[in-house]
Amino acid sequence: MTKKIFSGPFLIFILCGTLVPLGVIAFYGFTDRSGAFTLDNITAISTSEHWQALMLALGLALISTVICLVIAFPLGLILKDSKLSKKGFMVFIFILPMWMNFLLRTMAWQVLLERNGIINQGLGFFGIPALNIINTPAAVVLGMVYDYLPFMVLPIYNALIKIDKNVIEAAYDLGASHAQVLGKVIIPLTVPGIVSGVTMVFVPSLTTFAVSNMLGGGKVNLIGNIIEQEFTASSNWNLGAGLSLVMMIFIVISMAFIEKFDRNGEGSVI
Amino acid sequence: MKKIAAVLLILVMATGLMAGCGGEKEAGENKTVYVYCFGDYFDPDLEARFEEETGYDLVVDLFDTNEEMYPVIKNNTADYDVICASDYMIEKLISEDLLSEIDYENVPNSQNLTDNIKPFMEAFDPGMKYSLPHTWGTYGIMYNKTMVDDTVDSWDILWDEKYDDKIVMPNSMREGFMIAAKKLGYSMNTTDESEISAMTDALIEQKPLAYSFDNDRAREIMIGDSAAMAVITSGEVLYSKEYNENLEFVIPKEGTEVWTDCWAIPKTAKNKEGAEAWINFMLDGEVAEINFEYLTYAIPNKAITDLMGDPVLNPSEEVLANCETLKNLGSEADDMYSTYWKKYKAE
Repeated sequence: MTKKIFSGPFLIFILCGTLVPLGVIAFYGFTDRSGAFTLDNITAISTSEHWQALMLALGLALISTVICLVIAFPLGLILKDSKLSKKGFMVFIFILPMWMNFLLRTMAWQVLLERNGIINQGLGFFGIPALNIINTPAAVVLGMVYDYLPFMVLPIYNALIKIDKNVIEAAYDLGASHAQVLGKVIIPLTVPGIVSGVTMVFVPSLTTFAVSNMLGGGKVNLIGNIIEQEFTASSNWNLGAGLSLVMMIFIVISMAFIEKFDRNGEGSVI
Repeated sequence: MKKIAAVLLILVMATGLMAGCGGEKEAGENKTVYVYCFGDYFDPDLEARFEEETGYDLVVDLFDTNEEMYPVIKNNTADYDVICASDYMIEKLISEDLLSEIDYENVPNSQNLTDNIKPFMEAFDPGMKYSLPHTWGTYGIMYNKTMVDDTVDSWDILWDEKYDDKIVMPNSMREGFMIAAKKLGYSMNTTDESEISAMTDALIEQKPLAYSFDNDRAREIMIGDSAAMAVITSGEVLYSKEYNENLEFVIPKEGTEVWTDCWAIPKTAKNKEGAEAWINFMLDGEVAEINFEYLTYAIPNKAITDLMGDPVLNPSEEVLANCETLKNLGSEADDMYSTYWKKYKAE
């Protein structure tokens, strides 16, 4: 019984913060403005403008996830092998930007990347041709990678430091090369960390509207932007909710993915 | 069974919490004025002055868009005494019987209003029964003299390929369509699908030339010399010119949108007198001047007409004759616009 009392706040949170809103979204998603049942808001995903936005969002989220993984894995290895005192500092440096609001950090990229922004002024000073990536998908990917990289680094790093050194030494003793140790020992043992990192980068990248709005200059229209527009500008909550429900399918798929690999709960580290 | 009891307990606790929050608000009844306004839309120093002058306590809550404010008022989720909203939204609220008439006896400062705004107010609030203006302005083209050689006097220049990737377009649906409507000679309040379709085609043709779609940030892009032209509201001009002297502003000859943001009192207001005191306070000449200095948006107040000498803020009657106000078109037409807007953005 005591256990139940202590879980009370959590249950309230789940109820008010998750289940009730989810129910409300489902209600809006399956009704039209007059409150009658309809599936139109769900099937609306198949219209060309919504489908295109969904595909673009999937594409950009996939690219940023791959880039994050390619950066984060070697970084995790470096962090793992560095000396203990340095290690804490390096991890600290990686978490530090997360103390600042991510909208501010994204806004900073706006100022940096603008046609006459700080980067291009610097390049111009040295006579190097300007970098015109602002308001393109490339800038959006850059923003996603910058904002979500720590979410990839930390789980991978956590998985890596949990690997027993003796296991790696044993592999070398048995004649494994560097590549074999990496491919057959380290990477398989890091899979749970990689999987939770991938999920934590992929899901927010897929649903973002702030990054694409700010760095895409309104030209990169992701499904997140369309949903946001339905709520804030078009006053069509039903369509917005319906499209959000469709997005949830993708979230559920990635949750199933994490459930399959991440048995040890590495993802709970953040 | 225990589980059900636990859930019930939680529900009771949760409702208790909510009731607690509600009760707090009731206690301040009639002494507090609850204002619901666009973010950063009057000088915050005026809050203390209002409390001092009228003896009311003031609570100000903020929102970003009319569409965010609307469900709050419609569903009466919070009891606001006075709201700020744009022309077409006032019209919508009036049509749904959500506003109460302003008692002009309590708003003597309403005589400070300039006459040139009245025809535009009449368009969405006949007789000005429900709303009084806070700020107003037009949309036009802001351009950088050093980057644009042609005379800027028409929306057509936004379609000029010379300015490829140097034009900032508005990122809001009705304003985007307004530009196309004026260029093609339609009403910006058209609900004719063939006209909306033609406007969409015109916008799609222009789209490759756009540097970005921005509303609030357009002025920063122009100040930073990152674009040659931007469609922007007249209120941003004074601010932008202060930081970049090469910027000029023109209202295209085809006409444009005149927008008005107004104060109004929801039907559910608990403190109508307090709301009227707030509106009266905002219409005071001295307060209008403070707000103008703070916002640089045009305020239609006789006490500061000489400050509005600039034709940007105070367009001549000939210019205004071509202008229109956004009308509330109903949800069917809104959905149609929204579908075409998404087509345009997806191209």
